[in-house]
Amino acid sequence: MKLKLALAQISTKLGDVESNLEKHLNYIEQAKSQRADLLVFPELSLTGYVLQDLVASVAHKPTEDDPVFKHLLKASHDLDLVIGFVDEDSRHRFYIASAYLSGGKVLHVHHKVYLPTYGLFDEGRFFAWGDAVRSFDTRFGRVGLLICEDFWHASPPYLLWLDGADIMLFSSASPGRGLNDREKLESARWVERVSKAYASMFTSFVAHCNRVGFEDGLLFWGGATVNDPNGELIAQGPYFEEALTFAELDLNQLRRTRARLPLLRDERTALVQKELNRILSRG
Amino acid sequence: MADLTINTDVAREILTGFIRSEVTRVGYSRAVINLSGGLDSALSLVLAVEALGAENVFALRLPYRTSSPDSLEHAQLLIDQFQVPSETIDISDMADPLIRHDPNISNVRKGNILARMRMIVLYDRTEVFKGLPIGTSNKTEILLGYSTLWGDMASAINPIGDLYKTQVRQLSRALDIPAPIIDKAPSADLWAGQTDEGELGFTYERVDQLLYLLVDQRYSPQECIEEGFDEKFVHTVITRIRRNQFKRMMPPVAKLSNRTVGYDFLYLRDWGT
Repeated sequence: MKLKLALAQISTKLGDVESNLEKHLNYIEQAKSQRADLLVFPELSLTGYVLQDLVASVAHKPTEDDPVFKHLLKASHDLDLVIGFVDEDSRHRFYIASAYLSGGKVLHVHHKVYLPTYGLFDEGRFFAWGDAVRSFDTRFGRVGLLICEDFWHASPPYLLWLDGADIMLFSSASPGRGLNDREKLESARWVERVSKAYASMFTSFVAHCNRVGFEDGLLFWGGATVNDPNGELIAQGPYFEEALTFAELDLNQLRRTRARLPLLRDERTALVQKELNRILSRG
Repeated sequence: MADLTINTDVAREILTGFIRSEVTRVGYSRAVINLSGGLDSALSLVLAVEALGAENVFALRLPYRTSSPDSLEHAQLLIDQFQVPSETIDISDMADPLIRHDPNISNVRKGNILARMRMIVLYDRTEVFKGLPIGTSNKTEILLGYSTLWGDMASAINPIGDLYKTQVRQLSRALDIPAPIIDKAPSADLWAGQTDEGELGFTYERVDQLLYLLVDQRYSPQECIEEGFDEKFVHTVITRIRRNQFKRMMPPVAKLSNRTVGYDFLYLRDWGT
């Protein structure tokens, strides 16, 4: 089975959901015309990233009666979508969220579980922490969503893997930083390195979609990637500019790779659990 | 020795993208730059030209009667090489009445007056040319506070504020800025014979090394001393950084209400764009 994946590394207008929705619908049309099966947008793609006090005013619920999501849900009859947005729960907690839409339905919503609140980041001040890492079934098999800092930690991809995800979809709003004499920014090199590592260690497809554009002095670097279960890079978007990057995922590769390299079969989860229990109960 | 070398292709792409994005998203297409004849403003000019097109960048030469003729010439070299529209306005007649007001005026006060006078002309010309004023302060001088508040620090956006002076030189070489401008001793040219390094008491080469360890690499003062920096030099620089924090901030507002500008009324400048 093959899956034509599209990654939309877009720039957004900060706090202007209507204008960002329009851009989403444009990219959806483009991806559709290229016969993509699944289109992934970056972190907070509907709102922009450094929201600060804008958070409450840009929040939306991924439901059919929502003025923004009704358009996206309708579009998801043609191809599956991953949308970045601010989710507000019934008790008015705001989350950095990604929704997986397919066939007019919301299959899954992931709330970012690691909110970087250090250095140039201040997410913990404005957002609630997600408290679940779950894989879910799609028409392409089992999928997992993570958002930026989530995959700077090793445990969320590991949990998705054990929960059955063969396709991991990472989205980011990663500000470029760490310019030195190399051709790539340090932030880009780090993310590319770990994406490749997760694909290799978990013998899974790992796609990453990062936004582009400036917010004040911060430049988001783009550079979408897709790595296959052998850890080989099969698609790469450009840096710093908007682009729609396509990758054809041959899902049969999962079988071939895992027949050769049975890391999943041999993973000793009971051992992990036992040792974690011991470590965490040390007091 | 720490390596402060940057990839100039990446820096160029990011900084021109920054100027283009931040100028156009607020409805402008043009920029105005106070071209002193020194390297920092030369670099800002060249980046702006690449970002917006030469016809959209207006260069101002604002000499004072004691300014070095080299400064004017070097600014003209750039204007000719990059074919930007320009204007020369002598600020002597504007500044002198205030300077003459006090016969005992110090060089520092005089320098501040000239820097602020240039700011007034720069902002006035932005209105005429319908452009945004582009900043020309580098990271070294921002950290050391070697600048005039509301004078040469005033701008709408600053493309070179995260480049140390030695990195400004490296990028300038890559962008074909004429060698005499790169090679001359940096100077605010506020009085005859003034040089940055003479006034600061250390070279940019040396202080950039120290700043890079202290700021970028988060070394402790003691670790810097262990790396071979003189103890007195380290403490002088740290004191300068701390004492000049006020120049890097908007004036604090005294909090009274539940929501106060600067504390809990938080929006980026790019809000809504």
